[in-house]
Amino acid sequence: MAAPQAAVKGPGRKRAVVTFWPQYLAISPFYVLFAVFMLGPVLFSLYLAFHKWDGLGPMHYTGLQNFRFLVKDSLFWQSLTNTFAIWFLSTVPMLFLALVLAAMLNASVRFGGFYRVAYFVPNVTSLVAVAIFFGSVFANQVGLINDVLRWLHIPAVGWMTGSFTVKLVIASLITWQWTGYNAIIYLAGMQAIDSELYEAARIDGAGPVQCFRRITIPQLRPIILFTVIMSAIGSMQTFTEPQVLFGSTDATNPDTGGPGHAGLTTVLYLYREAFDFNQYGYGAAIAWALFLVILLFTAINWGMVTRFGRRRAG
Amino acid sequence: MSQAVSDKSIPATRVGRAERARRANQRAGARRRVQRIALHLLLLAGVLVSMFPFYWTAVMATNTTEDMYRNPPALVPGTHLLHNVHRVFQNIDFLGSLLNTVIVSSATTLLVLFIDSLAAFTFAKFEFPGNRMLFRFLLLTLMLPAQLSLIPRFVLMVQIHWAGTLNSLIFPGVANAFGIFWMRQYIQGAVPDELLQAARLDGCGFMRQYWHVALPAVRPALAFLGIYTFITTWNDYAWPLIALINPKKVTLQVALAQLNTAHHTDYSMVMAGTLLAVLPLVVVFILFARQFIRDVMKGALRG
Repeated sequence: MAAPQAAVKGPGRKRAVVTFWPQYLAISPFYVLFAVFMLGPVLFSLYLAFHKWDGLGPMHYTGLQNFRFLVKDSLFWQSLTNTFAIWFLSTVPMLFLALVLAAMLNASVRFGGFYRVAYFVPNVTSLVAVAIFFGSVFANQVGLINDVLRWLHIPAVGWMTGSFTVKLVIASLITWQWTGYNAIIYLAGMQAIDSELYEAARIDGAGPVQCFRRITIPQLRPIILFTVIMSAIGSMQTFTEPQVLFGSTDATNPDTGGPGHAGLTTVLYLYREAFDFNQYGYGAAIAWALFLVILLFTAINWGMVTRFGRRRAG
Repeated sequence: MSQAVSDKSIPATRVGRAERARRANQRAGARRRVQRIALHLLLLAGVLVSMFPFYWTAVMATNTTEDMYRNPPALVPGTHLLHNVHRVFQNIDFLGSLLNTVIVSSATTLLVLFIDSLAAFTFAKFEFPGNRMLFRFLLLTLMLPAQLSLIPRFVLMVQIHWAGTLNSLIFPGVANAFGIFWMRQYIQGAVPDELLQAARLDGCGFMRQYWHVALPAVRPALAFLGIYTFITTWNDYAWPLIALINPKKVTLQVALAQLNTAHHTDYSMVMAGTLLAVLPLVVVFILFARQFIRDVMKGALRG
């Protein structure tokens, strides 16, 4: 790092603040805003998690009661299961397709710019709009998908009512929106691989498939790790998709997240407990429980990708 | 086609070999061509999947809902767009919510660009006590998931009477550690120390070094961060849904969701609203897309 201004020695912190006041002032907005809108609220939510509060009346300290209730709350566990199911159903096809797309983009030179833009556009499209669209094409009665199935003389599927199909709809939405983005990320990684590696392999008689498995995949390992981790963190926080797909004008929607809560994700559950039912303390407890789940799940993903990669390379 | 070999000009004994080599070459060329065509067909199939929702949204938005309920439904764009749009305007305050979204996205973007580039410039080019530690702390803040602060942040907004106002959307979004990280990386490479030194010798203070030397040199990075921030803010849904407690004063995304919740069986109307809400941003994005995607790719390699 460059050091155009000599660092102060000795005279102590007071001098530093005096000498460098423009610098401290320049970086302060971030820290002030962060303290007010993030750090403060995060600490307060930890405090809230041990209380019962409806947002208006007095707070009651309840110790671990929120967490004791959480462990036995079948709806919380169902929301976690739903979230993981949606993660699995979306991440696996998404990253696989992205890898294939990236390999194809890497192989073709012409129209590369056009393809990239076309694949990236879903990612910048409003999630609310995409959810409304998927809700309409997967509609049970008059959706396009069922129209096509009927035309093919296949019985229509109750997409928006089945426990599994609801998750499938949400997962396909996520896949549509993020495959192109991940393909672009993989493509960046592929273009950075030293072409001499491939030439050497070709001289040794390796085919394209072997090259892909022995060179591309191992070389992409850090980027694959990045996409796996980001997808895990992202899908653990799925909220808008089920909220829009199964939105209701009734605030005490008995079927939040679809029939039988089939698409109720943990963040949607948190939202319902806090903002529909005014259970702020319990909502905060759910938020912290989810935070721990995300930490644990990220660590597991990290371990799996790095170990898997090492075995491949070795 | 490869160049024709005239049989007469080559001695009879060699014709066979030359002819065989030529055919082998042709076969290899043909195989490559078939492969290339297959590759583009596959890639085009992907484009079709990517683009189909836009087409189908347009089909639904330009036909009547009855056309969509028929079996088979209308498959090509119709002529009822204006009628559908008119009904959207009757059901939600489309222009009002569009204006709110434009205000929030622009204000957030401008504040992020100024605050982040100034902080990034300071971190990248000045050695002051605590520089490294403060920057490390900033990176750590990226690890905090948003939902941890959700409930208390809403309580805070109610207490300072910001709930229901656009302020509640703008200011929390400005504390953007990613932007500072991104800009710092860029400034380290794009702003030469010699230039800053020269500016200092000319009597430029801290702010003038930032404004006259650093900012002009980092315009491409500002463009990327600006587009990224604008799009993310424009599309944000969860926080506006919570913070805007007055259902009459909302952003475009929230209004769109309200429209869908209340009238989701009236496809053509809902889709006309969706089309209007999506199209401007997508068109603007496409104008800047190539450079933006290049920056995303560069960023991926740094991560």
